Amino acid sequence: MKAAVLVFPGSNCDHDMYYALEKGIGADVEFVRHTEKSVAEYDAIFIPGGFSYGDYLRSGAIARFAPVMESVVEEAEKGKPVLGVCNGFQVLLEAGLLPGAMKRNKDLKFICRQVELRVEENSSLFTQDYQAGETIKVPVAHGDGNYYCDDETLASLKENGQIVFTYEDDVNGSRAGIAGIRNQAGNVLGMMPHPERAVEELLGSKDGLALFESMYKHWRESRVVTT
Amino acid sequence: MSLQLEPSAQQIKEEKVYQEMGLIDGEFAYIEKILGRLPNYTELGLFSVMWSEHCSYKHSKNVLKKFPTKSEAVLQGPGEGAGAVDIGDGQAAVFKIESHNHPSAVEPYQGAATGVGGILRDVFSMGARPIALLNSLRFGELDTPRVRYLFEEVVAGIAGYGNCVGVPTVGGEVQFDPCYKENPLVNAMCVGLIDQKDLQKGVAQGAGNTVMYIGASTGRDGIHGATFASEELTEESESKRPSVQVGDPFTEKRVLEACLEIIQSDALIGIQDMGAAGLTSSSAEMASKAGYGIEMNLDHVPQREHAMTPYEMMLSESQERMLIVVEKGREDEMKAICEHWELHAVEVGVVTEKQHLTLRHNGETVADIPVDALAEDAPEYNPPSAVPAYYKEFQAQTPWAPADVKPEETLVDLLARPTIASKEWVYDQYDYMVQTNTAVAPGAGAAILRIKDTDKGIALTTDGNSRYIYLDPERGGQIAVAEAARNIVASGGRPLGITDCLNYGSPEKPEIFWQIEKSIDGMSAACAKLNAPVVGGNVSLYNETPNGSIYPTPVIGMVGLVENIEHRTTSGFKADGDIIYVLGETKAEFGGSELQQMQEGSIFGPAPAIDLDVEAKRQENVLAAIQAGVVASAQDIAEGGLAVAVSEGIMGGTEGLGAEISFDEDASLLFSESQSRYVLTVPAEKRDQFEQLLPDVFEIGRVTSTENLHITTPAGDTLVNISREQLEQSWKGAIPCMVKSKA
Repeated sequence: MKAAVLVFPGSNCDHDMYYALEKGIGADVEFVRHTEKSVAEYDAIFIPGGFSYGDYLRSGAIARFAPVMESVVEEAEKGKPVLGVCNGFQVLLEAGLLPGAMKRNKDLKFICRQVELRVEENSSLFTQDYQAGETIKVPVAHGDGNYYCDDETLASLKENGQIVFTYEDDVNGSRAGIAGIRNQAGNVLGMMPHPERAVEELLGSKDGLALFESMYKHWRESRVVTT
Repeated sequence: MSLQLEPSAQQIKEEKVYQEMGLIDGEFAYIEKILGRLPNYTELGLFSVMWSEHCSYKHSKNVLKKFPTKSEAVLQGPGEGAGAVDIGDGQAAVFKIESHNHPSAVEPYQGAATGVGGILRDVFSMGARPIALLNSLRFGELDTPRVRYLFEEVVAGIAGYGNCVGVPTVGGEVQFDPCYKENPLVNAMCVGLIDQKDLQKGVAQGAGNTVMYIGASTGRDGIHGATFASEELTEESESKRPSVQVGDPFTEKRVLEACLEIIQSDALIGIQDMGAAGLTSSSAEMASKAGYGIEMNLDHVPQREHAMTPYEMMLSESQERMLIVVEKGREDEMKAICEHWELHAVEVGVVTEKQHLTLRHNGETVADIPVDALAEDAPEYNPPSAVPAYYKEFQAQTPWAPADVKPEETLVDLLARPTIASKEWVYDQYDYMVQTNTAVAPGAGAAILRIKDTDKGIALTTDGNSRYIYLDPERGGQIAVAEAARNIVASGGRPLGITDCLNYGSPEKPEIFWQIEKSIDGMSAACAKLNAPVVGGNVSLYNETPNGSIYPTPVIGMVGLVENIEHRTTSGFKADGDIIYVLGETKAEFGGSELQQMQEGSIFGPAPAIDLDVEAKRQENVLAAIQAGVVASAQDIAEGGLAVAVSEGIMGGTEGLGAEISFDEDASLLFSESQSRYVLTVPAEKRDQFEQLLPDVFEIGRVTSTENLHITTPAGDTLVNISREQLEQSWKGAIPCMVKSKA
């Protein structure tokens, strides 16, 4: 699987994502800078966490105008898997690939800790290796992770099974405890918790690995079909 | 401010303008002698910052020479941006600690944030990628809105900067004492990783080579920051708020990445952070170290504000700037790297044979000073030293013992003391996991990072109990180093080296200078005995307000090597049935203890005793037992004594566990702070092997599956019987509760 890890000025989980993809699933990983014009050659696109452009405006609000994003949107619309983690999720929201917005955490403070997530569905390419309803341990590290959407959007997220992960406890005030959502087509996932930080027992949890393995499996299966 | 308003050389002398910049009459006369003429206003500014205590160590240089600075592990001792120790596999850990106390006292968020920024640059200017941040903080007792504001904003500032740059804040310590009420301490430490072959130095050599400026543009912020840091805090300090810089971690992140690329280029000759005293110190120090001079044209300096004077540009402490020296003709290679990271990279000067710092502005020479005069020739003082009256009094006192201790109540109260209480509220705000190396997270005695693609790890801690040091600076200095080493050892590491941040009051007061001397004697002895030399650090003096000085507070930042990451050990109890041991004798030692402060509202009497031979031997033995794989959990016994250590073992342990302890001494000794002690737990089947390695341990009880701490006398009387939940309520609830308090 040829994986692109996007690097915006201020991305800081880019190396962690690279490491998790390489060590975790043996992906062929490349960094792709924000100035690149195309991500068409990659099998999957990863938007890592960090503080793109310092997040001095709204988180992710500037990154979404970076040259590379046009191609990301295009590829996403064609059905290519796109995973945005933390700041990457915020970028996906700003880019309109996922619905809703992020507010400051309810305690108005940055939060870094291991949290428990509930896997709400296991039918997407991101979650097929999990059990639906399973509890997993994945860390969060964010200041703006309080997911918000209006009633109508929430209803449609629920109806279409787009809520992928929820927090077991109220971590940051997110609506309906939402930690991660996908688009209707199922190929774009945004999540605040960091699966790339949860791929080794040494660091406290390897519950994030199944997410990358699911993606890898999906890629392999899709190749079998096309060749 | 404009050039026209600057006083003339003659006015400077007659009106003693230099005094406003912190220079005394004798120093001004010395400057006149060096130059053979009167300095102009810009030149005076350069001298005043370079000769400030912060940059020149003029009061402390001679005592600092006492520190041992060499060992087989030391690759770079004091004198560069940061020190470096060998961690095997051709790699080095590069580290340094630095204070940002004064700025944080007047503008806590930016003061703390830029403290983090500065220490990061010290490390990456050595060529190392920063992999960890730690800190050591001191505040008043959270009993006034002002202190709570300082505490909250300092933590937010550290978080805001470190999180954004993407370097994990993995550890640290926070202590609360009335002596820091108006003068908080904010010490930040950074640790970097590098291949030894890539270690860089800040030198400007080779006449004709190009001096380049990289990073953020220069504004009027932070002018005279170094001088400000070398004065006592007074009511006017608030008016020095403009001396506090403003941090931009996003730019720092780009400067970091650009510099790490630049360092890989063989066109680079030298690199130094523009930290305290900004452009002045970086240029003068790099030239002086190399035996060359630098001529700079200030017209080329990127400027954030209009009509900046040479004085302002040279003294600005605007953040996120670096000065590099590049082989002539290869400037474009550097520019290409910086362009990629969207940063300024401009040629501002050349290296010269003539060992002067020469500054040009608008076609005129505005300063011309021998570089050594700035960087090397600051006066050195041997201030008078006098034994304080309080010390004599304390030494003569009969050691204090607590009256009528109700063990359970005392334990609950101690756990809620902010110095002892859980710091989760603090470290929850720090991204301590980014870079995915954090194997032991904050909350432990030492943090442990694995080193990717090796079997090893590094253990990191900051420590320094200033109460013991106040009571007895020499003994307290020994304890500070020993305790840091104990934390490293109990986590499975071997101490390699130290960076120290020496926070004291005014060295011009003989009683304070005596504290400095004696505590350095104590630290030096412990460093030598424990083979943990000092590889760098920082001195912060004048931590005083009109209400008095802080306790002498040298903070020890220590790095240790965990040879195999599987040796990493934490303090939490692991399994039902494990045997609980205490290593070391518990005596009635309460001088400077948390219990004494809690009961009496002050500390007095002699500090706990320490025998460095015993200390070293025990550290060897504990490490051997951990490496042999017979220890389930390990923790040193510190503030609050044995009862607190055991409680932490339960609270930090596997869920569902408790402890059953038999204690055959007077109940008050549960809270004694005798030194060189540990709580260790051992699986029952490894008892024999453990006792062979550590023959002088006392078995005190068992880990149980009751979620309860039960301490009894040998006769079976209950001293403490309390649930894990109650312990946690007190320990975890304390700081959030105090912060929310409106009183």
